[in-house]
Amino acid sequence: MDRVRDLASKKAAVIFTKSSCCMCYSIKTLFYELGASPAIHELDHDPSGRDMEWALRGLGCDPSVPAVFIGGRFVGSAKDVISLHVDGSLKQMLIDAKAIWF
Amino acid sequence: MGGRTARTGVKDEKKAAKGMWSFDSQFQVTNTLADAVFNSAKASGQAVSPDCNHIGTLDKTPTSFAINRSATQVESRLPLEKVQQTNLVSISSGYTENWGESNMADASPKTDISTDADTDEKSQRSDRGKLNAVVASDSSDRSKGSLDQKTLRRLAQNREAARKSRLRKKAYVQQLESSRLKLTQLEQELQRARQQGIFISSAGDQSHAMGGNGAMAFDVEYARWLEEQNRLINELRTGVNSHAGDAELRIIVDSVLVHYDEIFRLKSNAAKADVFHLLSGMWKTPAERCFLWLGGFRSSELLKLLVSQLEPLTEQQLVGISNLQQSSQQAEDALSQGMEALQQSLSETLSTGSLGSSGSSGNVANYMGQMAMAMGKLGTLEGFIRQADNLRQQTLQQMHRILTTRQSARALLAIHDYFSRLRALSSLWLARPRE
Repeated sequence: MDRVRDLASKKAAVIFTKSSCCMCYSIKTLFYELGASPAIHELDHDPSGRDMEWALRGLGCDPSVPAVFIGGRFVGSAKDVISLHVDGSLKQMLIDAKAIWF
Repeated sequence: MGGRTARTGVKDEKKAAKGMWSFDSQFQVTNTLADAVFNSAKASGQAVSPDCNHIGTLDKTPTSFAINRSATQVESRLPLEKVQQTNLVSISSGYTENWGESNMADASPKTDISTDADTDEKSQRSDRGKLNAVVASDSSDRSKGSLDQKTLRRLAQNREAARKSRLRKKAYVQQLESSRLKLTQLEQELQRARQQGIFISSAGDQSHAMGGNGAMAFDVEYARWLEEQNRLINELRTGVNSHAGDAELRIIVDSVLVHYDEIFRLKSNAAKADVFHLLSGMWKTPAERCFLWLGGFRSSELLKLLVSQLEPLTEQQLVGISNLQQSSQQAEDALSQGMEALQQSLSETLSTGSLGSSGSSGNVANYMGQMAMAMGKLGTLEGFIRQADNLRQQTLQQMHRILTTRQSARALLAIHDYFSRLRALSSLWLARPRE
């Protein structure tokens, strides 16, 4: 959990993924489309990946990846991100966290 | 009758035909007995060989077989015959076939009577009438070991009976095949009719629908949902046309939106049961299928259609709708790219690995590993459909938030009319006259 929090706070937009996860690919694409450059952490290539996955599940992220953090705060998984994007909240969050400027 | 396969395995050997001692074409059982014999022959590792001809001497029978013996009686002889059968085996190593049930074999070993070709020709020319005489032959022929007239006739009878039996079986199988084809055709017609919006329910459907969330069950649920949707939309249309108050309209609009939630819930369940059915769009009409995206409609396209019909819109509303259009477009693109990545990943998984000899355990393990990985990837399809439906649902909700009650009502009517026309187009298309 500490590692998760630690990494999440290091950048305005942080996404935890797995290299084999295609939904993660979709969410990453969305962020790039919005002009953000999120920090990507692949759990399957991290030594403490399993602990991190367990921690993310503990936060209520199901499936565990993709897990999105904006401004250090846990936003949610793919479903939450899409919902927030549709009602415009996602963009605003990114602007507030200075991940994007417009 | 497992033995039958053993018999047909050597069907090109006329010798096998000879071995079917069907005393009369009436007796079906002798095929069984022949099978039993074949099985025992195979079981004991003995090959079926042409040498069985010499067993064809029927001169000495331990028991007398009357032609009109019943099948059961013939079969009951089997244990007794088996004893004699083993005697035969012990007598001569040349015997490679145990014609147990007939057991009219000559005790003397390797009496070479005639070649197969000869006897076949004879059988074709021989009299095909009913043989009413007792099978038991004159013992005086025994020493000669040659085939007498009666024997020849009986052999011919047997062959004939076997041939007729085979023809009957062939006819039956052909009948089954054509029935099966017809059944498939009927099923396709039914499916087509369902797609045209005709709600067809049958006993079979009901039980299946209760049973689970399979493809057919979903089709039934969707048909029901459409009916209810039509009803709600009509109610909404009446409200709009009669210039009902906002409060009243709001109730109906809310119920329509709740009803949309229902189809997304049904689709979510169906995706768990049969994701490919949803992806295929076979539950929609052909024209709708044309525009299919991840198992449903494209929200961004829908909004493009609506904008012109919803005017006049306030500045704020225009911005809101425009943003919504852009957001849904972006989300659709992201999901589409994820799907492409999935497809690419899947093909890579299935195409890697050597195509060499599949003998070594290493290759087998590779293959299984590949399959396991591919299975995992297929499992993620459900997630994509779920997010696509989530996007559709969120877009509808957001649209409702931006618009006034009356505008929402008109938007929902417009959406429904659009899909209605697509469905009608499908019906017309399916019913079009063809040369």
